[in-house]
Amino acid sequence: MPSTPPTEASDALVAAPLPSHAAADRTRRHRLVLSLVLASAVLLLAGLAAGSEGWSLDALRWWAGPEAQLIVGHIRAPRTLGAWLVGALLGLAGAVAQGLFRNPLADPFLLGSAAGASLAVVAALAAGGLVGGLGSGAVAGVGSEGGLGAASVHSLVQLALGQFGLVGAAFVGALAGVFLTLALARGAEHTTRLLLAGVVVGVVLAALSDVLTTAAPDALRGKQAFMLGSTSFLGWGSVALLAGGLALTLPAAWRLARALDALTLGEDSARSLGLALSRWRTLLVALLALATGLAVSQAGLVAFVGLVAPHLVRRFAPAPNGFTLVASAAAGGTLLLAADVLARSLIAPQEMPVGVLTALLGGGYLLWLLRRSGLR
Amino acid sequence: MSTAPRPEVGTALGARALTVSLAGTPVLHQVSVRFDAGWTAVVGPNGAGKSTLLRALAGLVPATTGTVTLDGRTLNEWSARERGRRVAWLAQQGESTGELTVRDVVRLGRLPHRGLFEATTATDEAIVDEAMQACECSAWQHRRLNELSGGERQRALLARALAVQAPILLLDEPTTHLDPPHQVAVVRLLRRLARTHTVVTVLHDLPLALQADRLLLMDRGRVVGDGAHDDPRLHAALCAMFGNALKIVRLGERFIALPDMGNTDA
Repeated sequence: MPSTPPTEASDALVAAPLPSHAAADRTRRHRLVLSLVLASAVLLLAGLAAGSEGWSLDALRWWAGPEAQLIVGHIRAPRTLGAWLVGALLGLAGAVAQGLFRNPLADPFLLGSAAGASLAVVAALAAGGLVGGLGSGAVAGVGSEGGLGAASVHSLVQLALGQFGLVGAAFVGALAGVFLTLALARGAEHTTRLLLAGVVVGVVLAALSDVLTTAAPDALRGKQAFMLGSTSFLGWGSVALLAGGLALTLPAAWRLARALDALTLGEDSARSLGLALSRWRTLLVALLALATGLAVSQAGLVAFVGLVAPHLVRRFAPAPNGFTLVASAAAGGTLLLAADVLARSLIAPQEMPVGVLTALLGGGYLLWLLRRSGLR
Repeated sequence: MSTAPRPEVGTALGARALTVSLAGTPVLHQVSVRFDAGWTAVVGPNGAGKSTLLRALAGLVPATTGTVTLDGRTLNEWSARERGRRVAWLAQQGESTGELTVRDVVRLGRLPHRGLFEATTATDEAIVDEAMQACECSAWQHRRLNELSGGERQRALLARALAVQAPILLLDEPTTHLDPPHQVAVVRLLRRLARTHTVVTVLHDLPLALQADRLLLMDRGRVVGDGAHDDPRLHAALCAMFGNALKIVRLGERFIALPDMGNTDA
């Protein structure tokens, strides 16, 4: 639709689209991927080296002796890998949530998964014989001695059993929370209804778990530990579960990325393009619930990673949703692993709950972002 | 533009006794209208139900009573994807929240043909190129939509609608935010498309609306006038609808609308 009679100049302009933007975008994506891979690699090594006695590269020589083997092979390696995987699942879930709700402030815990998981954990703590040091330790290890020496084999077994019970409860609770939200919203068709239902489920389930902790105050400590989030107790079993979860949810979300792309034009436009919006959105919510449920069940409610990781990715390499989803998973893994290494080394031999660090770092980052965009 | 010539089949869209309520409030009352190849401009004051009519025709809001038919079958009898291939819809004030480039957005127009999982082919990419050329967005196809001006974004979204290559185009204010040269360009494009396509546009700009083949006047949810662009009775109805604040005068082969200032000398 030439607005002016076609001239050579305007023809030339149309014939030679400026490639600079495309090239710049590609460069930014490559740089981000490279940085994330490098950072992850360095942090994985740091995670193996960081212990309660500070940093020691000697620990990396796991062949040095049975003690080093035990510490690195059985504790630090699964914890380090597990932290990355939990972060990756949260980053992925955050990117799905932000795409689904077309809102950069959406996070994976919006749809009742967090409240459902905490209620289930509190219920399990209150009901089972898990109350007390074992229960809280199994979920988060907050206030644990930080070392392994004191724990006998027997209590280790108990610990594993307790952990499994709470992990299962948290996972089921998270899924049930999201399912309840979906049921209240009568499906995933309407964004506002879904968000409101998520808020309602969050408030009501939180109130219920408050009622439970009032009745069984011993569960309070475990609940608090769960809500702070922790990576201390991730073992090889957790790593296998988390890796399986990521291997399932990441490709599935990537396949659905075009539905999120279409959604950027608005729901009506997406529907006018022949998309069965309700079906795809329900599937995306299911992926979100699965990724969040797995992460939360293994590490508690680690704050802000799901919110910040997609932000970082979009800021450094804006791209269609396919890239954003995958890169957000990598960014989430990198972030949580960084927080985990810091949590282990900042006040060694004590440990900070990793959720506190992610909240501080994530909050700080958002504040910085706010100030910057406010200045613009 | 070469996106235009498509087979003339499948260009019939109609509403029969269509009533639509939004949140309990009736917005369209017993609207019966039929569209075939050619360009119809839907005109009327704010709140007349123009956009709702387009949305109902596109199957985006359900009919409370009455039916919408596409090629003799009611809309519900078509699968969502088939409908998406036949009817392209452009939103009023098209939104865009993501990080997509113009080309990414225009490529979304191929979704009804490819679905979510099938990759676009070289033919699709050629169609995307054509649609962008028709709307003069090729030069900035790699820029992100959220970095563009309102008019540039509107052109990109129009190209997205064209890339569907649907025989029926429902365009809700396609000239919003456009500068005058680009408004004229869109009008030329629509007239060219209308030779083979059914084009229905909501237009607030009366001089532009008068360039259509047919005018459909709407007021308070009802069709109050329907006829050829040069029908003097329709012109009278149009002037009356806007409180005689304008007059329509002939200029060569076409008509134009001017604000009627009356006698301002006093």
